[in-house]
Amino acid sequence: MLKKRVTAALVIKDGIVVQSSLFKKYLPVGKPEIAMEFLNSWGIDEIILMDISATKSNTSIDVDLVKRAASKCMVPVTAAGGITTLKQVDELIHTGADKVCVNHAVFHNPSLVTDIAHKYGDQSVIVAVDVIKDADGNFNVYDYVNKSAVDKDISSWIKHIESLGAGEILVNAVHKDGTYSGFDLELINLVTRNTKTPVIAMGGAGNAADFIDLFQNTTVDAGCAGNFFHFTEHSVTTVKANLIKKNIPVRLETHANYKENDFDSSFRLKKKTDSVLEEMLFEKIIKEVI
Amino acid sequence: MKSKIVIIDYGVGNTLSVYNAIRQLGYNVAVSKDAADIDQASAIVLPGVGAFEAAMNNIRKYHLDELLNEQVLVKQKPIIGICLGMQLMATTSEENGVHKGLNWIPGDVVKLDLPQEFSVPHVGWNDLTIHKKEPIFARVDEKPHYYFDHSYHYNCDPQHIAAVTEYGGKSVVSAIKSDNIHGVQFHPEKSQNNGLKLFRGFFNSIQNL
Repeated sequence: MLKKRVTAALVIKDGIVVQSSLFKKYLPVGKPEIAMEFLNSWGIDEIILMDISATKSNTSIDVDLVKRAASKCMVPVTAAGGITTLKQVDELIHTGADKVCVNHAVFHNPSLVTDIAHKYGDQSVIVAVDVIKDADGNFNVYDYVNKSAVDKDISSWIKHIESLGAGEILVNAVHKDGTYSGFDLELINLVTRNTKTPVIAMGGAGNAADFIDLFQNTTVDAGCAGNFFHFTEHSVTTVKANLIKKNIPVRLETHANYKENDFDSSFRLKKKTDSVLEEMLFEKIIKEVI
Repeated sequence: MKSKIVIIDYGVGNTLSVYNAIRQLGYNVAVSKDAADIDQASAIVLPGVGAFEAAMNNIRKYHLDELLNEQVLVKQKPIIGICLGMQLMATTSEENGVHKGLNWIPGDVVKLDLPQEFSVPHVGWNDLTIHKKEPIFARVDEKPHYYFDHSYHYNCDPQHIAAVTEYGGKSVVSAIKSDNIHGVQFHPEKSQNNGLKLFRGFFNSIQNL
């Protein structure tokens, strides 16, 4: 059975992973390759490297950065940021990216998606759609370069993207970015209703409850978080352990799987009893040899 | 020292992640399309990200088809195809029009035709039901998870099937084997420890590596 995916987005600004809030405020986190190594050992299902400064400075995501980061990674890596030509895609795919993600280029060069799909297969191209909710509660496609809503109907825009040959659609709710208030389920349902292409939901994840909510109330294929994975202990593994407790199918194969652990109301690990901890003290854990 | 393992470089596809994974296990491995390199190798890896037609065109352009036919069919060298690399071993593929493959394990690559509620491509982590454990699945647990990412799948005679995966009510062929020829539909190089164990199982089965 196909498992739901827990995806991490590493938002990169000027070569450094940042915490992003409402597409406006950014706080530094650290080096991409270190974040990558940690996420990998925590059993993340895939990683999206998202360079948000690239388009604005008329470049694409740094190939060396992708190469350094991907060498530490044994899960799929998607490179995103400022991709406008097939030549850039060639370079990225040959230096360690498994897929590329295009966003802004779709506005003025939609055939790029088709060209990538034709050369590398449709599974290798993700199209990202930024969406913002206006004061009246309507969803609008958002242009992050010009910082404004674009006059495009979401349903027809999603169908348009699918027809171009996108292999996956990444939906990022701008109004949820960095708020820790949960995914926008209404938006995600609107998108999944309009496409057969796998959908990745992003924006608003703050703890395991948000992922449970997402997978119980939508048919989305993957939930993606950026910020909270960096700042909560054992974040990836605890999210997955809690999803499994709710019978949501995910892959949980890390040595520490927390299947037997208790969690508090905000889904953080509870301390085990002293007697259990004492026993664990003398438990010999042999490193797995492959 | 010459590399005993060669990853075929045919212009499309992410050879670097396959290289990184095999390097991590400590093997001496090279990425090449050079006839001399391929001829002295004991094992061949045929990777693949990309579309069928572009890949086959490049294989013919670099004359890799004749070379690989000799290595695999005549010299019987162990080879493992990954994702598109496995699909290239088929007789035909219908990706963007009908194209001829290498025809090593008779079969046809066809589009995943699934009920409306199932997304295509089949992307993400899915588990396997293993039919032939040796050699590539010798070191993994039952029902291991691997990372899949494909829109087309391999139809072949059941005798060549090494593992299947359930998706959209279909039993999708996820690994094939016929003597020295192996293929996997998923990406072991992107499947964490299960992927490394698969490579270890494959290379362990090969003499003088």
